[in-house]
Amino acid sequence: MAFEEKRAWVMLLTSVCGYVVYLLLVLGQDGVISELPYIGALLWTIGGAIVVNIVINMGLGMAAPREAGKKDERDREIGRFGEYVGQSFVVIGGVAALIMAMAEVGYFWIANVVYLCFVLSATLSSVAKVIAYRRGFQPW
Amino acid sequence: MVKPTRVTNTIRALRFAHSEMTQAELADRVGVTRQTIIAIEQGRYSPSLEMAFQIARVFRVPLDEVFQYPEGEPA
Repeated sequence: MAFEEKRAWVMLLTSVCGYVVYLLLVLGQDGVISELPYIGALLWTIGGAIVVNIVINMGLGMAAPREAGKKDERDREIGRFGEYVGQSFVVIGGVAALIMAMAEVGYFWIANVVYLCFVLSATLSSVAKVIAYRRGFQPW
Repeated sequence: MVKPTRVTNTIRALRFAHSEMTQAELADRVGVTRQTIIAIEQGRYSPSLEMAFQIARVFRVPLDEVFQYPEGEPA
């Protein structure tokens, strides 16, 4: 498996797991959903996912030092393709937050929509990369 | 669904004709990862023109002995 494919898998797993942990932490509390405390859980799960991602990538790099950081034109093209596919959700999240702010929807919902779209963006981007590595990728 | 490439190649045969060169050795000489050579051999990736020339140069053959583009509509 290409090193960059392993990194795509790690990104997929850490972003999905981070979001699941976040949901469990927030929805596990009692009270009205829009009034539940979420900021601590959100920051900790985002930070935790980033740290876990870095640590696993370092572990992968140490396990296969010859492959680590070695990127060729196929890796770069698949990387760009994945980012391009995932970018749509960043735009959707931004537009959704804008509309919700104008409609004076609560901060809880705005923050959660933005976070969900970031997770969907990372997930879609990683899935697109993994499929491109597995099923084949033609740059034209 | 990924559109399959019509470009075929003889890299595998050329490797065997050149002292059974390994995919890793070819990858090192072209400056790419072994997985990219595997993907090209299996038709899962079409390399850039520059990489195609680099591969042909390793085997010291013209480009169209490495890569072919068959006539007719794809199956």
